[in-house]
Amino acid sequence: MIRFLIKGMLRDHHRSLFPIIVVAFGVLLTTIVYSFIDGDMNDLIDSNARFDTGHLKITTRAYDNLASQMPNDLALTGLEKLMQSLNNEYPGYDWTARIKFVGLLDMPDENGETKAQNPVFGLAVDLFSKRSNEKERLNLGKSIVRGKVPEKPGEILISDELAKKMDTDIGHSVTLLSTNSSGAMAVQNFIVCGTVRFGITVMDRGAMITDLSDMQYALDMPNGAGEILGFNKSKFYLPADAEKIRINFNSKFINSDDQFSPIMLTLGDQNGLSEYLQYAYLIGFLIVGIFLLAMSIVLLNTGLMSGIRRYGEVGVRLALGEAKDRIYKSILYESIFIGITGSVIGTALGLAITWYLQEYGIDISETLRNSSIMMPNLIRAKISFTSFYIGFIPGLLATTIGTTFSGIQIFKRQTASLFKELEV
Amino acid sequence: MIDSKIIEVNNLIKDYSMGKQFFRALNGVNLSVNTGDFCGLVGPSGSGKTTLLNIIGALDNPTGGDAIVMDKSVNSLNHKEAAKLRNESIGFIFQTYNLLPVYTVFENVEFPLLLLKKNKTEREESVMRALEWVGLTDKANSKPNQLSGGESQRVAVARAMVKIPRIVLADEPTANLDAANSHNILKTMQRLNLELKTTFIFATHDEKVIGYLRRKVMLNDGKVIDDINLS
Repeated sequence: MIRFLIKGMLRDHHRSLFPIIVVAFGVLLTTIVYSFIDGDMNDLIDSNARFDTGHLKITTRAYDNLASQMPNDLALTGLEKLMQSLNNEYPGYDWTARIKFVGLLDMPDENGETKAQNPVFGLAVDLFSKRSNEKERLNLGKSIVRGKVPEKPGEILISDELAKKMDTDIGHSVTLLSTNSSGAMAVQNFIVCGTVRFGITVMDRGAMITDLSDMQYALDMPNGAGEILGFNKSKFYLPADAEKIRINFNSKFINSDDQFSPIMLTLGDQNGLSEYLQYAYLIGFLIVGIFLLAMSIVLLNTGLMSGIRRYGEVGVRLALGEAKDRIYKSILYESIFIGITGSVIGTALGLAITWYLQEYGIDISETLRNSSIMMPNLIRAKISFTSFYIGFIPGLLATTIGTTFSGIQIFKRQTASLFKELEV
Repeated sequence: MIDSKIIEVNNLIKDYSMGKQFFRALNGVNLSVNTGDFCGLVGPSGSGKTTLLNIIGALDNPTGGDAIVMDKSVNSLNHKEAAKLRNESIGFIFQTYNLLPVYTVFENVEFPLLLLKKNKTEREESVMRALEWVGLTDKANSKPNQLSGGESQRVAVARAMVKIPRIVLADEPTANLDAANSHNILKTMQRLNLELKTTFIFATHDEKVIGYLRRKVMLNDGKVIDDINLS
């Protein structure tokens, strides 16, 4: 009997092919949309964490209040002791100090006269310590366009776009003009050892990467840094864990009036990211929800249409002596088969397209030209565990529930009317 | 078996509600049908032919009185028991054939046997035998849309007969057929009635059908007005 029903279902394209296409298409869209939003959010979190916020950040209260101005005169001092204490107390995180700065990069000609000048946004990171993971974290190796990663003090990387704008090449000497921690002018010469492209518009517009100790020297910040970033060693931002550590750390300084006492912030606390992420997730879930609702309605309708189309067949089966519950069950099994088949196909295709979008992404650099948000130029989808079931489960449920409701008509069918109904 | 009562209808009443009022489709019908009868319920539209067929076929329950079909009171059957009775003992032939379009002729005829959970060999033998009865063995692999009206109705007869039911109920089986096909179908049913002793009950007002009947039960306004033995 099962073989008989499957045979009928496969031959009747309105009963099999069409609903399978509808289910597969709905599941495909849901999988892609979800994975895309998820991937985009993850990229956003990841980029912000790696280049700006860390999973946790420690700075001074005063620095935090004026963070957008990168006020290095309000930076952390006693860095070594603080780092040691963080490493001891929170060993699940990799702690690293950074200095962010802005300045003017000057490139002299062979006579020492200014040939080109351009404002730069700088990031001083620990490039040379054995313990440091900063090169990997910032993906410096793969971001190099020309030259190499700094190997000794005094070497810097600048963004390739900036290098082209200033007509600078590898090995050229450049001068940074900035403000030191005392508010005085800082002047320091560097050698450009490489150019980079991070794929993040904010960084690629005009970034300069130096070693931390070089900038500590240049900005007169011995044993100091603008901020200490903490990265969960699992490499994932775990909001609850980060929040727990933040509360624990800040509780030690809760009664301090000192504007230079350290304060810890989670990734979500910074740059309005928490609100942005909540908003983005809300929009994402709305989009996925609308897709799911639309898909469910379409599938429910498909189930109802199928019920109407098969009215005659059900009538004959009832007349021939098949019990109502048995017909109902067989139709439900069919819908489960269709739901599973469509959902498997939809999920597989969805994952394949998601994989493509994960590998190659969509270039949105044009729209980020004037953006200050730390967002990658390529937005990518991400295959996660959820991607495997976000479309599959609703696809299967919507098909089955649609048929469950439409199939109730079988029980309402009056066998007394069969002769009349079947005489059409 | 012959001449033993297979259907006994006693003072059968069937009312259909029409808002606050009701319409009496059967008004105290009494009827006995013997095994092997080739019997027609004849009468104008609205006389109660199909209603009576419905009740005998356990498709509907009477409002009053009783219909005993193969020693079972239709009144006392629940949905499942009624389905079982139809499945095991009653074949149906409809005016418009009602073959399942996605299945072949063979599979259409096979369907009642699947409901009876017959094994594959039994099914194959029974289906081919039924197709042989109606002269359609060469069309076993055809789809219903490849058949003429007469052929389709012969498949419907094969489907009704394949399980060799005790009773076959046919509602206007020749209404959509031309004269030649009607005679062909009726002759086939007549032959099966004689060979297999299956009881045939027709609801009809077609003169061609009436010509083949051995018993004519005349209905009017829900009552049996005449019961004529034509054999």
